[in-house]
Amino acid sequence: MQVQTRVLLRALMAVVLFGRVAAASAQTADPQALRQEIEQLRKELAEVQRQYGDRLTALEARLVASAPSVVPAAPGESIPQPQVTSGASKVFNPDIAVIGNFLGAAGRNTVNPSPALEMPESEVSFQAIVDPYARADFFMSFGEEGVGVEEGFLTFPAIPGGLLVKVGKMRAAFGKLNTLHSHVVPWTDRPLVTDNLVGGEEGISDAGVSVARLITNPWIFLEATGQVYRGDSADVFYSSTPGDLSYVGHLRGYQDLSDDTNVDLGVSFARGHNASGVVDDVDAGRFATDLWGIDATVRWRPLQQANYRTFLGRSELVWSRRDQPGGVQSAFGYYVSGDYQFARRWLAGARYDRSDRAADEGVRDSGHSLLLTYRPSEFNQIRGQYRRIKYGEGPKANELLFQVLFAIGAHGAHPF
Amino acid sequence: MNIRASGIAAVVAVFLAGNTGNAQGRLNVVTSTEDLASIASEVGGDKVSVTALAKGYQDPHFVDPKPSFILAVNRADLYIAVGRDLEIGWLPPLVTSSRNAKIQPGGQGYLDASLNVRILEIPTGQITRAMGDVHPFGNPHYWLEPGNGRLMAQAIRNKLSELSPADKAYFSQRYDDFDRRLATAEKRWDAAMAPYKGTKVVTYHRSWPNFMERFGLEVIGYVEPKPGIPPSPAHTIDLIDEMKRGGIKLIVVEPYFSLKTPQAIASQVPGGKVLVLAPSVGGVKQATDFIQLFEYNIGLLAGALKQVTGR
Repeated sequence: MQVQTRVLLRALMAVVLFGRVAAASAQTADPQALRQEIEQLRKELAEVQRQYGDRLTALEARLVASAPSVVPAAPGESIPQPQVTSGASKVFNPDIAVIGNFLGAAGRNTVNPSPALEMPESEVSFQAIVDPYARADFFMSFGEEGVGVEEGFLTFPAIPGGLLVKVGKMRAAFGKLNTLHSHVVPWTDRPLVTDNLVGGEEGISDAGVSVARLITNPWIFLEATGQVYRGDSADVFYSSTPGDLSYVGHLRGYQDLSDDTNVDLGVSFARGHNASGVVDDVDAGRFATDLWGIDATVRWRPLQQANYRTFLGRSELVWSRRDQPGGVQSAFGYYVSGDYQFARRWLAGARYDRSDRAADEGVRDSGHSLLLTYRPSEFNQIRGQYRRIKYGEGPKANELLFQVLFAIGAHGAHPF
Repeated sequence: MNIRASGIAAVVAVFLAGNTGNAQGRLNVVTSTEDLASIASEVGGDKVSVTALAKGYQDPHFVDPKPSFILAVNRADLYIAVGRDLEIGWLPPLVTSSRNAKIQPGGQGYLDASLNVRILEIPTGQITRAMGDVHPFGNPHYWLEPGNGRLMAQAIRNKLSELSPADKAYFSQRYDDFDRRLATAEKRWDAAMAPYKGTKVVTYHRSWPNFMERFGLEVIGYVEPKPGIPPSPAHTIDLIDEMKRGGIKLIVVEPYFSLKTPQAIASQVPGGKVLVLAPSVGGVKQATDFIQLFEYNIGLLAGALKQVTGR
């Protein structure tokens, strides 16, 4: 910019000079006079140049003083940490992101109908390092029923003994799906087994403490997680006295089969009180629910073509043993799903799911879905899902579900 | 009593297992990319054992933070990152789950290799994602410049000396040796590229600004309409027109991008040629270390330029 101004200035002066010389030569033909005139002009020009030069220098100095410019350093010089647009006051602000989840539905479902168009929740995340010992992650969900803390926890990543400790409100480490936010599940909905046995959209999510440890061994990645919660989670656990805690345990094994393929296996357990014995706000029955789960994931992502081809196959099996006034109900449910990325922006998927109801083991729902996802960029995706469900009571549902997901801001990377 | 004591001892032993240092007294260095691993090995010699997470032939922006990487990072005495937000999508969860206090951000064992190198394309003014996957801290592909390799090696030498002061002289001597070999090689590369100074080329992604500037080539366009955005028909047609007008013939592509669009463009441009260069050590078999990376790329590039320019 400054260089350009200078060049322009010189060009302008050259034109002026040329014009005056030409005019002078037309008036007098005396070479001596001409020479004098040129000498005079040269002096004038030098004076003008000096004046403009001074003014430019002063202007440049003012510019440098007023704006933190990023000057590219010469090779060998060290350059300071870049100062991007944000002022110093924003430096310690957490990373903030908003994720919108817009849903549409068409078709027939008499048991659990979805609105034709809805914006069930928008997730706002705040993530930052707290101090040299901890980081914090908040995920607030702004839904049609108001605002809630979906998750809000403190992580201590560097505790002696190889422990990873989390404190706060968290999605429990029961299987894979329960830990995932809606915007990262590969469907527009959650499978029947989640709805019937593991608390639906909200899932097992509660205030508590989580401790995870790597079990070092020469063979595989092995991680054990133990969690204690207050004991209130959706329709799964209900705490009537402060002592009614719920407990979640998870063991995860992982192994790379090759650079491209890996398997991830997990066993989960959860136990807590349920609400079936509550009469007039008094837990007369003191009934408990036990959940067992197995999860298995196979991933294939050829490293060199990672932007174009991926496959993720996953299954989770859940056994629920719910003690309730009519006796123990032992329900079982599972889903199997596969998602294949066949082009840079396209994924196709299929899912089969089936589950008994937690409170009534005799009622079994089953469904299957086909999915197609288009991702214009990392921050925006459009998904269509064709879903058929056969409900245990008899009715069948046939639906087309649509979803638009979009993210703005800086959203932290998700755990693998 | 004795049984209980030994029980406690066993539990303590289990909890402490895996946190013992490396038996050979070597520093355990883990790096984000193979380029950093190569430079760390050049400087660290047999006083370090080096592991790279991302392979040279994969897109370093999109790496899965696999649990097997957590195990590697867990054992690291030193983690060397490319920085400039290149690993923003995968490194933070690895570091958080590593249970390794040394390599947490701000820790003594965490080195951001980008802090004293020459960074290009630092955006000024308002940036938005309408610009694609723009990196707010400048172009992170800075290692593709021998001068920056030298600066990275200096930073690694200083960090290793800080972590292992007894070996300071050793690291200095290894650095000097690397510096000398690099300088000799640079003369060779400069000579090979001298005839083609000012030649205009097209690249797929903005991976090459440091490389092209260092060797006197001018990048006038990209196959991607915007960083991280896949090619669009309209942009491809514009690019073909621009290449035809400017007599530009060479398209440089990273090995992890599809060759379909670049080849389609090249077929529309008279004398058009697609060249797959290695953006990192390990990007091709021949690019075995930092110097070989340039050796391979310069050899291939000079050959192709000779063919398309006829010089």
